[in-house]
Amino acid sequence: MRLPLLALLARGPAHGYELKQDLELLLGSAYPQPNVGQIYVTLGRLEKSGLIEGEDVEQAGRPNKKVYHLTDAGREALHAWFEETEDEPRVRDEFFMKLALAPQTGLADQIALINRQRRQYLNTMRHLSKLAAAENRDNRVAHLLIEGAMLHLQADLDWLERCQEELEELE
Amino acid sequence: MSDDPTPVLRAEGLVKTHHGEGAPARAVRGVDLCVRRGEFVAVTGPSGAGKSTLLHLLGGLQRPDSGSIWLDGECADGWREARWAVERRRRIGIVFQFFNLVSDLSVADNVELPALLAGVPPKRARAERADLLAELGLEGKERSLPGELSGGEQQRVALARALVNRPPLLLADEPAGSLDSKGTREVMRLLTRFHQRGQTIVLVTHDARLASAADRVISFFDGRIADDAALDGGAPPRRAGASGVLELRD
Repeated sequence: MRLPLLALLARGPAHGYELKQDLELLLGSAYPQPNVGQIYVTLGRLEKSGLIEGEDVEQAGRPNKKVYHLTDAGREALHAWFEETEDEPRVRDEFFMKLALAPQTGLADQIALINRQRRQYLNTMRHLSKLAAAENRDNRVAHLLIEGAMLHLQADLDWLERCQEELEELE
Repeated sequence: MSDDPTPVLRAEGLVKTHHGEGAPARAVRGVDLCVRRGEFVAVTGPSGAGKSTLLHLLGGLQRPDSGSIWLDGECADGWREARWAVERRRRIGIVFQFFNLVSDLSVADNVELPALLAGVPPKRARAERADLLAELGLEGKERSLPGELSGGEQQRVALARALVNRPPLLLADEPAGSLDSKGTREVMRLLTRFHQRGQTIVLVTHDARLASAADRVISFFDGRIADDAALDGGAPPRRAGASGVLELRD
């Protein structure tokens, strides 16, 4: 969450709670919202590493609030973030290892493993469909996030299908 | 789902082999299936797994080599083509991947035709058609020919045609197979809406997103049911689930 918070601060100074609200507004209700505590902790770390600076602002009758702004180093870090490409999603995950190793152990059936994994993916897919239906139609970013998740899951389901085709041929 | 003990659709021991050029293709190899009133069942699997053949057997578009089918508890074993044709107007609505609309009939006539053939008075057929087209967002398209509509619109007309006689069972064979992702979402939304009103649906699709609209998913491989799973769709699954897929990493 460090870089997204930095990116939000690139627009101008803000305090922790504002940043939480901005994230919610941008990413929609489907995005699992960080709690405000997490945000304060992350802001603390960013300040320690010199990427942002906080200033106490007095509030009448309430504790001071801290308004943060981006430092030059923070702006550099953001440039570097946008410059870099990201890692590809993983294929060789824990499930793949189970599938590969199951026959040698004699402890699990490969088709049963695939069926169970598919059930979980399908349930998650259904949950995502419901999130998409509940999301504000005008929030394009939120819908793209959900659609991205669905397309990844679809690819994983297609791959399970391939595994099953191959393995059933052997039987 | 109601407590009605008689399933809308039941099949036992269905077998179908295609004899074309080359080796015989065993499309359906012993399928038992029970669909209760109000259920929305999706059948998924790789292309060539035989899932479309299964749907054709269930709608009487092809006859099984062996096995039996019951509609509302009534055995269909002895039915000839004429009887199946009647039931496809009365008890079963079907939508296909390529819509199969009558190209030289208007949208309105395409939808009204099955009602008129089923003996519905013209006035009522018109009223039903008007309601359905309005419901499906096709008002103003009544006089268009199918070829003048987009794929998504044609599929909605096909859906109206399939539902005009209020059949207890809707069969859908890759209904989004020739649509873009916007059209797919539209089909998904409409099937979900009709299902919420109690429509029983059997959907064949290779698209997991579409399948996830159903509350039960059958995985079909090599002519057989490999898995039959109820989707909960309620609370997010344990651990990762949807939020795990969506979450941005630290």
